[in-house]
Amino acid sequence: MTELARLHAITKSFGGVHALRGVDFDIRAGEVHALLGENGAGKSTLMRVLNGEFPPTSGEIVIGGKPVHLRDPHAAREHGIAVVHQELALAPDLSVAENIFLGELPGVIGWGALKARARGLIERLGFQIDPGAIVGTLAVAHQQVVEIAKALSRDVKIIVFDEPSAVLSAQDAGRLHRIIADLRGQGVGIVYISHRLEEIFKISDRMTVMKDGQNVGTVNNGDITIDELIRMMVGRPLSAMFPERGRRTIGQEVLRLDRINAGRMVQDVSLSVRAGEIVGLGGLVGSGRTEVARAIFGADRLDSGSIHINGKPVQLRTPVHAVKAGIGLVPEDRKLHGVILDKPIRVNATMARLSAVVNALGFLRQGLERKLVTELGQSLRLKASSIDAPVSSLSGGNQQKVVLAKWFHAGGDLIILDEPTRGVDVGAKTEIYALINKLAEDGKAVLVISSEHQELFGLCDRILVMGQGELKGELLPADYSEERLLALSMTGRTTAPAMGEAA
Amino acid sequence: MISAVEAPAERKGGTSFGVLLQRFGTLAIFIVLVIVATLWSDAFLSRPNILNVLRQVATGAGIMAVGMLFVILTRGIDLSVGSIQALGSVLTGYFVAMSGYGPLVTILLVLLAGGACGLFTGLFVAYLRLPPFVMSLAMLAIARGLALIISDGRPIPLGEPGSAFTSFGSGFLWGIPQPVLLMFLVFILGGIVLNYTRFGRVITAIGSNEEAVRLAGIPVPRYILAVYVLSGVLAAVAGVISSSRTGVGSAQVGVGAELNVIAAVVIGGASLMGGRGGVINTFLGALIMGIIANIMNLAGVPGYHQQVYMGAIIVVAMLLQFGTGALKR
Repeated sequence: MTELARLHAITKSFGGVHALRGVDFDIRAGEVHALLGENGAGKSTLMRVLNGEFPPTSGEIVIGGKPVHLRDPHAAREHGIAVVHQELALAPDLSVAENIFLGELPGVIGWGALKARARGLIERLGFQIDPGAIVGTLAVAHQQVVEIAKALSRDVKIIVFDEPSAVLSAQDAGRLHRIIADLRGQGVGIVYISHRLEEIFKISDRMTVMKDGQNVGTVNNGDITIDELIRMMVGRPLSAMFPERGRRTIGQEVLRLDRINAGRMVQDVSLSVRAGEIVGLGGLVGSGRTEVARAIFGADRLDSGSIHINGKPVQLRTPVHAVKAGIGLVPEDRKLHGVILDKPIRVNATMARLSAVVNALGFLRQGLERKLVTELGQSLRLKASSIDAPVSSLSGGNQQKVVLAKWFHAGGDLIILDEPTRGVDVGAKTEIYALINKLAEDGKAVLVISSEHQELFGLCDRILVMGQGELKGELLPADYSEERLLALSMTGRTTAPAMGEAA
Repeated sequence: MISAVEAPAERKGGTSFGVLLQRFGTLAIFIVLVIVATLWSDAFLSRPNILNVLRQVATGAGIMAVGMLFVILTRGIDLSVGSIQALGSVLTGYFVAMSGYGPLVTILLVLLAGGACGLFTGLFVAYLRLPPFVMSLAMLAIARGLALIISDGRPIPLGEPGSAFTSFGSGFLWGIPQPVLLMFLVFILGGIVLNYTRFGRVITAIGSNEEAVRLAGIPVPRYILAVYVLSGVLAAVAGVISSSRTGVGSAQVGVGAELNVIAAVVIGGASLMGGRGGVINTFLGALIMGIIANIMNLAGVPGYHQQVYMGAIIVVAMLLQFGTGALKR
């Protein structure tokens, strides 16, 4: 097979953080090359280098045997490289035809010809979509088709699919696989990023596993089992970052979910968390973990099922009800949802229970508030110039401590933490872990969502594993291993099936 | 990946030039304007002229600016204040002249009507999440229409000169026009609510990051509703004052007043993106608008020309307020 493109010893760093270290990767004509790895392993970054979005810090990009310099995605397009992004990069208010030819629209648009060309492209993919339809009104699967048609609108040699099936139903995924098989037959080189291992074994020719910004290895489909593949994806030393499991006493059940359903990403989830217990919610990004947290917190509506807090059934229609019921949420996106960046630490810290610092007439008791927040800051070892400093002046770790301070102040019984150490540097991580432990020692029920498996292993008394919106199983400390967790999330079994079965 | 890229941005605290400008920019504009006005005309700093400016501000943008500030702090906008002022003016005339109610009952009913208008806008904005620009634009039309219907397009005299009502609008207390005292009271109360109460704390926070406030378990829609009601009530107060001062209830008052009110708040340094703004600066903003009009009157600028200059001066004020901030970014 002819080699279409080769990335040679690519390194990419962002201000001291190495996202890619000396990665080799090649794409041949007429093959499906799967790219695997955990969240943050560097897959998307590598593809952005190929697409000209990130210039590599060092290393060489060779296309058609000649080294090239890709200034921007437009230059990559000139070389026949197209990327179908994870988050669809479509303009929702424009029509299908406009989206497909966006970026190469002529000054004067001949609508008839444009629509005819769009129709032709879509039909080539085996779909019927009106080229005049507004993209925002289409189903996600059809939007995906538009995105692919856009990639095919010009001569294309390499197509990268970045987790295309994550948002698709099984049936739509099947159609996508047929499209990919067709393209492969036409000699196009395809890079396919996915977390669904069974799918990868079904459609790929070769597989490359990445981890911590490095290429762990490239293997041919048929030379490896799912078990071995998972082993390639994991395995890093367990660091001593985690607190000693303290003398926590496990108490009464605080939270119980009975077969709750909320949208497509929360299906029949039942679980319980007791006082003083830290329970992990694991699984890959997009497996429904965040959605479960949002449903508990009243941010999303329940379709069915019931929630009990401290043994009593509750209706949590909004976060107002949830906070009243004693639930706190440390959200995934700290800057957008966790803190008010331009407001002082003091204002942020008391927001979830203002009643404690307000008198009967609604006047703030600022002296009391200062005293409370100062004490809280000291006990959380918050590093700030003053409690009147805006949260935006703090480091990521200290911002997260402000969010934690908010829930320490609110004093609820259940704290849900969604990716508590995202964007937090290593030193501060240890402190956050200690604080999470402290929450549990104080007798709170704690539910931790994390994509960092070691974090879950280090913190949690048990881990509930999610995959595709369902609870797939539970791991106890004796069973903690990344292989088991990944296998459970992706296949619903702790022991991966033999290779033949999947293929 | 991305989270690793975005290293926590350590912003420099302290008193940089930008921070100073943000805090004292309005005051600087105000002082410069007073100096210019004093040099321009000897009449400017005379006591009658100052009182005149204050009274014009009080019956114009002043009182409504407090309500608008609260709305803008939540990242909203209320275009209906001028129309509600007119409705308030007409209803005052109607209740006094046609229904024969006493001052107290009349004022209460008019303020209720203003609050009801705000409630209408606020319900749609807070609970149905409709854009405040459009909803308050609708209320602008509705309230003006109601005022015209009730008055039949004609001014309603409040009765004999010297009655309780007219004496308030044109009367003095301690040598200061009574509407000006009322405006001071509204600003002082507004300042206390904004800085020392839960309500002020929450609405400022909503403007900065509504989702974070919501996820802290605070009933955000209730607060948003409240600011529109407050804005409506204060617009009705402005209506009562204007009818009291002129002695007639008229559907023609407050045409375009919303623009002056918004300009006063924004010249006062409040951000239309919410979360930033203060009562003292809003007061200065309203005074700046009043002084500019006053200077032009003293200088004998013809009325039609005044509007053009007013617009140009607002642009200059905005550049001074925000231009430097934008340049830094």
